[in-house]
Amino acid sequence: MILLPCPHCGPRNASEFRYAGEASTRPDPNATTPEEWRAYLYIKNNPAGWTTEKWFHRTGCRRYFTAERHTVTNEVRETRLPAARLESNS
Amino acid sequence: MSRGALKTGKSMRLGRQPGEVLDRSRQFVFTWNGRKYPAFGGDTIISALSAAGESVFSRSFKYHRPRGLLTASFLDPGCNVQVGDEPNVRGAHRKVEPHMAASAQNAWPSLRFDVKSANRYLERFLPPGFYYKTFMEPQRLWPLYERVLQRFAGGGKASPDAPHGYYDKRYAHPDVVVAGGGPAGMGAAVAAAEAGARVMLVEEEHELGGHLRWGDEEDLAALRRLGEEVARNSTIEVMTDSVVTGRYDGNWVAVSQRSLPRVEERLIKARTKTLVVAPGLIERPYVFQGNDAPGVMLSTAARRLINLYAVKPGERAVVLTANAEGDAAVADLERAGVEVARVEDARNGGDIGRVRGGQGAREVECGDGARIECDLVVTATGWTAPTSLLNMAGDKPFYNPAAARFFPSRLPEDVLATGGIAGDGSLDELLEHARATGKEAARRARGIGAALRAGIPQSTDGEEAPQDSPVTIPDLPVNGHLELFRGRTHGIVDYSEDVSSKDLVAAVKEGYDSAELAKRYTTATMGPTQGKLETVNAMAVIAEATGRSMEETGATTWRPPYAPITLGALAGRNFEPVRYSPMQPWHERQGARPLVAGAWIRPDHYGDPEAEVRNVRKNVGVIDVTPLGKLDLRGPDVSELLNFLYVNKWSNLEVGKVRYGVMCAEDGVILDDGVTGRLGPEHYLMTTTSSGAAGVLEWIEDWLQTYQPDWRVHVTPVTGAYASINIAGPKSRELLARVAEGVDLSTEAFPYMNVRTGTVAGVEGCFMWRIGFTGELSYEIHVPAAYGLYVWEALMERGADLGVRPFGVEAQRVLRLEKGHFIVGQDTDALTQGFGAGISWAIKLDKEDFVGKPELVWQGERDGYFRLIGLQPHDGSVAPPEASQIVEGKTIVGRITSSRFSSTLERSICLGFVAPHLAEPGTTVTVQLPNGERITARVMEHLAHYDPEGAKARG
Repeated sequence: MILLPCPHCGPRNASEFRYAGEASTRPDPNATTPEEWRAYLYIKNNPAGWTTEKWFHRTGCRRYFTAERHTVTNEVRETRLPAARLESNS
Repeated sequence: MSRGALKTGKSMRLGRQPGEVLDRSRQFVFTWNGRKYPAFGGDTIISALSAAGESVFSRSFKYHRPRGLLTASFLDPGCNVQVGDEPNVRGAHRKVEPHMAASAQNAWPSLRFDVKSANRYLERFLPPGFYYKTFMEPQRLWPLYERVLQRFAGGGKASPDAPHGYYDKRYAHPDVVVAGGGPAGMGAAVAAAEAGARVMLVEEEHELGGHLRWGDEEDLAALRRLGEEVARNSTIEVMTDSVVTGRYDGNWVAVSQRSLPRVEERLIKARTKTLVVAPGLIERPYVFQGNDAPGVMLSTAARRLINLYAVKPGERAVVLTANAEGDAAVADLERAGVEVARVEDARNGGDIGRVRGGQGAREVECGDGARIECDLVVTATGWTAPTSLLNMAGDKPFYNPAAARFFPSRLPEDVLATGGIAGDGSLDELLEHARATGKEAARRARGIGAALRAGIPQSTDGEEAPQDSPVTIPDLPVNGHLELFRGRTHGIVDYSEDVSSKDLVAAVKEGYDSAELAKRYTTATMGPTQGKLETVNAMAVIAEATGRSMEETGATTWRPPYAPITLGALAGRNFEPVRYSPMQPWHERQGARPLVAGAWIRPDHYGDPEAEVRNVRKNVGVIDVTPLGKLDLRGPDVSELLNFLYVNKWSNLEVGKVRYGVMCAEDGVILDDGVTGRLGPEHYLMTTTSSGAAGVLEWIEDWLQTYQPDWRVHVTPVTGAYASINIAGPKSRELLARVAEGVDLSTEAFPYMNVRTGTVAGVEGCFMWRIGFTGELSYEIHVPAAYGLYVWEALMERGADLGVRPFGVEAQRVLRLEKGHFIVGQDTDALTQGFGAGISWAIKLDKEDFVGKPELVWQGERDGYFRLIGLQPHDGSVAPPEASQIVEGKTIVGRITSSRFSSTLERSICLGFVAPHLAEPGTTVTVQLPNGERITARVMEHLAHYDPEGAKARG
């Protein structure tokens, strides 16, 4: 079982987390097309390499965060809490 | 020498041996196939039987050939036995206990005379793939084939009545796990511990020591010294009769521990910082005709029998040796009084042609053609490196033809190897390597531990990564060894699966010419030994048959588990947490029939659900709805959040009002529903379905944290904090009025779809909602959980003269179906988008945004979706089972989602999904029942069959 570095709690067993899918951006619901919206819902890149994905620390701090993980080696090179992203944007 | 003299229960027990594991002060009796046998403490089942002169312990898997002892260890393929109701016990490993009842497996009617052994005369008619090819056609005979094949399948018998037993699990976080407790493992563990590491030392056998245990005086003395060193280090946790069965990502190591008293088996999940792999080497059998006859054994088996169990392996032996260990076996045999008739030294061209003998070895034909009578054939032809854990760590071990075995090639930072798997050399050289490896494992563990701790945000300051330099690990010498796999005849390669070298050659000829294909076709390496004895021989035979080298052929993949784990250990203790409401003791006293609903145990009914329905319609009923999901929402932006989560509008909800809402996911599919009330300007209570409670909370947290982190909302799950009771029926107001204080219950002051906070039965801080799932006048009250039982009892007591009765989930299902309320997940499924469920009135597409909005916009434009409708069979006495199909000819055009007999309406009523062209009220549809019969039903005006105008709930 891989260890996942929660930005809050540090490295923890992956079984404490729920995988919440590849990170994606929600299209503007009033301007989107069916193609774009369904790509957001269903089309995943699933690369053999670096990917950005969302995780939920279900039995820990219950924070959602994004992690950059290498799907072949399971190395995680960066994690971010979404709130932190927001602060850096403001 | 005649065979008869050897086989009359003559004792083969030797005098006391220096390294024996026997407790001769403890002698007792056990049974084997119903007959009594003596044993000493420390004996294995097989050593005790061998001491009593027995030599046949099972029948082989396919040809039912008699099998004896081969390795005298856990792996021994011919020594799987049945003990009581436990099948497939490793008889050469399991210690025998007083009164143990052991018996042979795979033999019928008896071990001596097995009718199925006729198979072995059919050998040439049982080629690889025989079963696949023969039992194919015609298909109608498959059930017969199955019965025949089951008869012939090997293995013991598992009793369906066997108790589960006590199995356990443990999580551990050692610095270093050492897999293998031979001299190298012991040396590595001691060095790691002395370098400050917390160490787990895991050994498959019952004692530490590996090959030193069956060695000479010098070996035993070295073992004593190592044992003392291990014992001196309190930071070494020694686990014997335990195996590291797998290594996974992040050095997540599984250990099967069998040595605990009163625990059948414990699965340890260890997150170790470093893993030292020190399993030693496994002696490899030699392939020749008759190599599976009882009496043919490996040199380690002979040495173990003599030195550990004080058992004389035979009377007259021929030994084939290619190495020092084989030479040592010759010496041991002579010391034990076995007549060594001939030593064939492979290093000088010696060989064995074939062994003859039905029930056991009788005669050996040597390499030079000489025939020698004997009852024991010992082979020492080389070693297999059990590289499983290395392969699992990503290593690709390489084959060294000069040493005739595999070696590690490139290991990750957190895995090290020592001992025989890494090289040869004297004991001192091995120990020097092991100690350096152990010290280095401890050093790397410090670095890995520091890196892990640095990943914890709170402790980033302070600890620096240790700056120590790597320990120099000396190279081990590698002894040359002949490549000895198969002799001049064909014999058994996989003893467990009865696969011969001839079978493998045939498989190659049929085109299965890669190791992985030949393995699957012949099932070689797929039996209980899982390749540890046979994988290299199989590889060599395939290489020979294809004309390729060993390197080109390659070994089959080693996969976890390295050793068998019981299903009991994987399951662990029988933990199945359940949730009860505070009113559970009352329900039990009333004889409620329990219903498992997710984690909750709820009353299904109290004996007569129909009467419960009637009482709600006529008087008043109360139901325990505590499992209802409850979320406390606070903050200035709650109404924004609700507007976003639900398809309907929430911005105009006044304090004191409640509203029913439906949530859809981003794909427009209905996710959950429930009622949410505004308790104060910035305080709301949301209810969800019972099964959706946990999921909805995670879903809300997701939106709040990742999509709208600037919304100021605090979400607290309070499902278990409140006991929830629904009071339903025409007399519910009268009943609540008797217990509620400080709240005016008149319709004018407390109308339908309102919420009030007040005191119930003296309990302050209760929420009262005037809502109804049942269609009657009803109140749902949420009481601080500690008072739930008290308030429930107060309601029952104070309402006795009103006819108050409890009702359960079944009655509620009927009541809500009469009222046409759908249940998410019952009447909707993973394809039901909002408009299909008849909630068009709730979906507000003019909102700026909400979850799933685009899909609902498009669904509304599409208009071709199935619709949820109310249905009544024309024959009101028939309630079609739920999931019955609605059909047009042979086409499925819908289905029944809910169906019950309504005692209120005295007829059957349903909800169902139908294609759009059938959704018009008054349409007649055809319902196909599971028995094939078809009935007709009418599509109704409303989902509600009872009081569609809702006058009663509002009254």
